[in-house]
Amino acid sequence: MAMLSVSNLAVSRGGLPVLENLSFAVESGQALVLRGPNGIGKTTLLRTLAGLQPALAGTVSMASESMAYAAHSDGLKSTLTVSENLKFWASIYAIHDIEPALERMNLRSLANRAAMSLSAGQKRRLGLARLLVTGRPVWVLDEPTVSLDTASVALFAQAVRGHLATGGVALLATHIDLGLEEAKVLDLAPFKARPPEEGGMMGAFDEAFL
Amino acid sequence: MIALLIRDLRLAVRAGGGFGLGLAFFLIVVTLVPFGVGPQGDILARIAPGILWLGALLACLLSLDRIFALDFEDGSLDLLATAPMPLEGVVAMKAFAHWLTTGLPLVIAAPVFGILLHLPAAAQSWLVISLLLGTPALSVLGTFGAALTVGLKRGGLLLSLLVLPFYVPTLIFGAELIRRGAQGMATEVALLMLAGITAATVALIPFASAAAIRVNLR
Repeated sequence: MAMLSVSNLAVSRGGLPVLENLSFAVESGQALVLRGPNGIGKTTLLRTLAGLQPALAGTVSMASESMAYAAHSDGLKSTLTVSENLKFWASIYAIHDIEPALERMNLRSLANRAAMSLSAGQKRRLGLARLLVTGRPVWVLDEPTVSLDTASVALFAQAVRGHLATGGVALLATHIDLGLEEAKVLDLAPFKARPPEEGGMMGAFDEAFL
Repeated sequence: MIALLIRDLRLAVRAGGGFGLGLAFFLIVVTLVPFGVGPQGDILARIAPGILWLGALLACLLSLDRIFALDFEDGSLDLLATAPMPLEGVVAMKAFAHWLTTGLPLVIAAPVFGILLHLPAAAQSWLVISLLLGTPALSVLGTFGAALTVGLKRGGLLLSLLVLPFYVPTLIFGAELIRRGAQGMATEVALLMLAGITAATVALIPFASAAAIRVNLR
């Protein structure tokens, strides 16, 4: 039984179709890495899956309230401390213990520091620790390893493995090698939307004015 | 939802959060008016209800653009929109936090400001009542303007232009309530209208604001 399945999906950015006829399914315990050149529509696809924008065509099916989304920016408040930031997201997802997440992303020693005094990599680690306090099975991650060093990438890969081992699913858009050998790779280039004159979709033009 | 309220209040009192800014602005407006109008107590007493309400309006406007803009910039708004919490609830909580940090201090400090403008003693309690009933509507209506302009760079000015017309009914009935209270006239109609406007905006505007945010996040 696929935790997340997508069929004949078409997505648009700024009213213009970027990807079309995209179908894939991710089973419980699997990771799927999305690859493709800049501008192919990785972020757009992930935002569509996260429900932040409507799909142009096709369907996305997954259990409701099962997805945790991590975007380019981490959603941190710079004047709050690391543990205050994490506690906030934990209570939004009705989880009360943030200690395991701090431990796993190696943030324990930084717990009382204000987020503004963290380095870029440390902020990213805090952003990823947020995923651990969501308790959601489907992780949708957009460039999760930006500004992480090799050790932190390994730490992150370990967190993803731990998540997969508990029956979770991860969908990652990334350019670098995460060291997740078991992950399937999906190249998005073949799904690039054709221009309308070659029979592609027209897109919702009024979207461009919204 | 309580967690969001606590977070917003905590952010407001931390460095750069802007807590007290509206109150200080209100104080400055109210002290500047007698300099401009002159020291005649009877004239000041006559215009005091209007000036106090205008001051409250502008003080509230000052911090409106921060409601969603900061969360949009650091990506929290995207994450909140995908969180297990309805966006309408997010809007309502943010409006409540905004009112607690700007509206409520004004209500509490208003009697002092009333004295600065020679407001008659009989009107002091009406001043507090009218601000208490009216300012929640200002915060909630403000979320709608903030939601419409959330993705825009420097949307603050546009926000003021969008929101101020919506404040007109509250301004009219709020000032009218104080004026009638000061002159010992019947206050029921103004009181009910003011409370009704607030009740209606609190009930309906979060849905409109949430819809505007969804469009802006696309």
